[in-house]
Amino acid sequence: MAPSEGPAEGSLMAVLTLEAPPEPPRPPARPSPLALARYAWHQLTSMRTALLLLFLLALAAVPGSLLPQRGVNPLQVGEFFRRHPTLAPLLDRFSLFDVFAAPWFAAIYLLLVVSLAGCALPRTVQHVTTLRARPPAPPRNLSRLPAYERWETDAEPAAVLAAARRVLRGWRVDGHPSSARTPPALAAERGHLRTTGNLLFHLALLVLLAGVAIGGLFGYRGTVLVKEGEGFANALSQYDNFRPGRVFRPTALTPFAFVLDDFRATYQEAGPTRGAPRTFDARVRYRDAPDGPLRPYDIRVNHPLRIGAAKVYLIGHGYAPRVRVTDGRGAVVFDAAVPFLPQDANFTSNGVVKVPDARPEQLGFSGFFTPTTVPSPRGLTSAFPAARNPALVLLAWSGDLGLDSGIPQSVYTLDTDKLTRRATRALGVGDRWQLPDGLGTVTFTGHTEWATFQVTYDPGKRLALVAALLVVAGLLLSLSVRRRRVWVRADRTEGGRTVVEIAGVARTGGVGVGLEVRDLARRIRAATSSRAHPEGE
Amino acid sequence: MPVDPGLSTWSDTLLFAAVVAYALAMVAHAAELAFAGRAPVRRAPRVASAVLAGAGGPPVVATVPASPAPERRGTVVGRLAIALTALGWAAHLASAVTRGLAAGRVPWGNMYEFSSMVALLAVTAYLVLAARRAAGGLGVFVLLPVVLLLGLAGTVLYVPAGPLVPALDSYWIKIHVAAAIVAAGTFTVAAVATVLYLVRAGYDTGRARGASAATARGLGRLLPTAEALDCTAYRTIAFAFPVWTFAIIAGAIWAEAAWGRYWGWDPKETWSFVSWVVYAGYLHARTTAGWRGGRAALVALVGFAALVFNFFGVNLWITGLHSYAGL
Ligand code: HEM
Repeated sequence: MAPSEGPAEGSLMAVLTLEAPPEPPRPPARPSPLALARYAWHQLTSMRTALLLLFLLALAAVPGSLLPQRGVNPLQVGEFFRRHPTLAPLLDRFSLFDVFAAPWFAAIYLLLVVSLAGCALPRTVQHVTTLRARPPAPPRNLSRLPAYERWETDAEPAAVLAAARRVLRGWRVDGHPSSARTPPALAAERGHLRTTGNLLFHLALLVLLAGVAIGGLFGYRGTVLVKEGEGFANALSQYDNFRPGRVFRPTALTPFAFVLDDFRATYQEAGPTRGAPRTFDARVRYRDAPDGPLRPYDIRVNHPLRIGAAKVYLIGHGYAPRVRVTDGRGAVVFDAAVPFLPQDANFTSNGVVKVPDARPEQLGFSGFFTPTTVPSPRGLTSAFPAARNPALVLLAWSGDLGLDSGIPQSVYTLDTDKLTRRATRALGVGDRWQLPDGLGTVTFTGHTEWATFQVTYDPGKRLALVAALLVVAGLLLSLSVRRRRVWVRADRTEGGRTVVEIAGVARTGGVGVGLEVRDLARRIRAATSSRAHPEGE
Repeated sequence: MPVDPGLSTWSDTLLFAAVVAYALAMVAHAAELAFAGRAPVRRAPRVASAVLAGAGGPPVVATVPASPAPERRGTVVGRLAIALTALGWAAHLASAVTRGLAAGRVPWGNMYEFSSMVALLAVTAYLVLAARRAAGGLGVFVLLPVVLLLGLAGTVLYVPAGPLVPALDSYWIKIHVAAAIVAAGTFTVAAVATVLYLVRAGYDTGRARGASAATARGLGRLLPTAEALDCTAYRTIAFAFPVWTFAIIAGAIWAEAAWGRYWGWDPKETWSFVSWVVYAGYLHARTTAGWRGGRAALVALVGFAALVFNFFGVNLWITGLHSYAGL
């Protein structure tokens, strides 16, 4: 991208050439390291490379939407591995389940960032000097330009040019007095704002990427499930799932805590969309310092709780049936609400209850909860998401829960390797179930609701937002302003009249300047026409 | 707010009326194209592209289209075609308004409504171009996808008017989705102009190779000049691209408010990104030697394909946050 100076006077080809831009430099014949490096840099910052990298980036993003991604939905990734046991590890080797964190994805966008910086920064410097430069001198033969008008008038050339200057208000105008060979002329240019916008756009893009990077490095995101009546304090150990940024430090955790007092969901009661969610509402009390006062807040969808630089979002909810278990000795060994995970839109929810303290044998239960229970051909099912008629169906197991094996277990699945299947039963609220063989009794005492919250902290967010808005501003400037040049020349003919020529070119990939040149011509004519010469078309 | 069934029925009826008007307009546009006759204008191509060695800045190549398509404003059929299109547009607009009133919210809360709005905006973009006399010969080809989309919307995608699910119940839906609709509608017209450009350019190439008029593709003869079509395609994309950029940013702001992160590579976000990057590629390609013309046009069509996939493919085949199955 060699800086090009204003063209030599009268050279049409310098103003307007029909060839392609200059070829990129060839690889040096006898490569010295420096020459090679310069060649590589030229290649990297060329338009062609930028184009190629843009397409590569678009292409690289596609598998990230077609294959399940760990960062988006880890459960689906597990499911994919189960269904494609041979294919999945192969895909995994190429990071295809972490496309947006993959080294090859990073390589593409880092190259693009370098190319962008290497392209935009020098152009910015150049543009600053251009802003003060004079418009290029008129080419000799104006009639060869894409937009051209010509007329004759009785006004003096100087008067015509003075009028043209007035008409060209808002343009950057440069006068060219007559010389031995050329008549006097004006050169005018307009639309530098386009280049300014273009550069603003590209530079803002760099800042946007910086904002994204800052968030990715220093931020964090975690999710936690909280039952009604229980609380959460912002510490690593409290999270069910935590994704720190690359250089995150636990001291970055804002010290806050909250208690979930009440969760409420309402649903469409009638009509074709019956059962569709209407509102979700998590009433919490929170404190933003360890010894601060408790304050109430309603966390809703689209209405997060802001604490310092962190934000708490409501992202999910479900039911936790409450179960009391008395073991074979008659001791109450379990009495708690257990979160079950919703399986469908009507909140039929699956879960397990583990009772390691039961004697003579440990007890485990797998089952499902239906908030509005109705019979179905395959047993019980839920017909509405609200808890109108809850029921709990349990399958009882006894034996060794395997909790001492040292392998961490999910709280939502039962390891049935060393368990014996005993019996199954559907329970309404208050129902008591006598287990066989004197194993004990189970009572379904009711339910509470739970909500999942996501806590995020992203220190690059604000920068990214400002940059994104500048990106749009730059685009608007650059795609709406047209950069164009106009030349006016006035020549005295033998007959004592003045031949006025006006011509223009646009350097925008859009419409030409034909209309504008015609309009300028009309206005200059109007400004110079004497009453004696009503100018007809 | 309860749904007003009377208004909702009105909305459906008006949409049907719009489709009928569009279909009739299409016939009129086609008749105009076929019979009003476009004199096969073959003037020497004016300066098609030019490199301006500017004072500073890289040599930027500019495409300078010659004069726009010769407008046939006179033909009766042509005026009838525009009138029918405008009539259909008015009914279409009224359908959207009554739908919104019926449900007590903006009328773009689900796929059916979104499709209808995109079609409405495509027709709007067409009418704006027509008012500026830059839409010559485009009528049939814009109305064809519009009618198809509305047919699809009225049958497969149709859902009765109802309130929004909580995840969508935010003022950002007004901003983000409205911008996406404007961009998608305008991109549709741009894609039509781009396809026609390729057809016309193919016809011109055939002519230049000396193919007889019979072997050169017939449709190309009826179309505006390649320069004019290219110019229309560029201008519509240059309008739609910043709007699309804004739509994506507004979506990110909304995602930040709703889900706690402004960008999470959800399939919808990924495909928006893909289409945005490809359209950025198109704007670059137009100024890159060896890419101008046909290749840049293909890039624009790839961008549009990504946009279409983002709407149909992602909504119907891929589950993500944007499917709002649960909370
Ligand atoms: C992340 C990468 C990039 C993106 C998303 C991008 C996007 C865009 C877009 C959307 C435009 C058209 C809007 C405008 O004129 O402002 C544009 C124009 C332009 N870009 Fe980029 N760009 C990128 C990288 C680059 C690089 C690396 C270069 C340097 C070779 C470059 C050079 C240019 C130039 C010279 C124009 C002006 C073209 C014209 O006059 O229409 N861009 N870019």
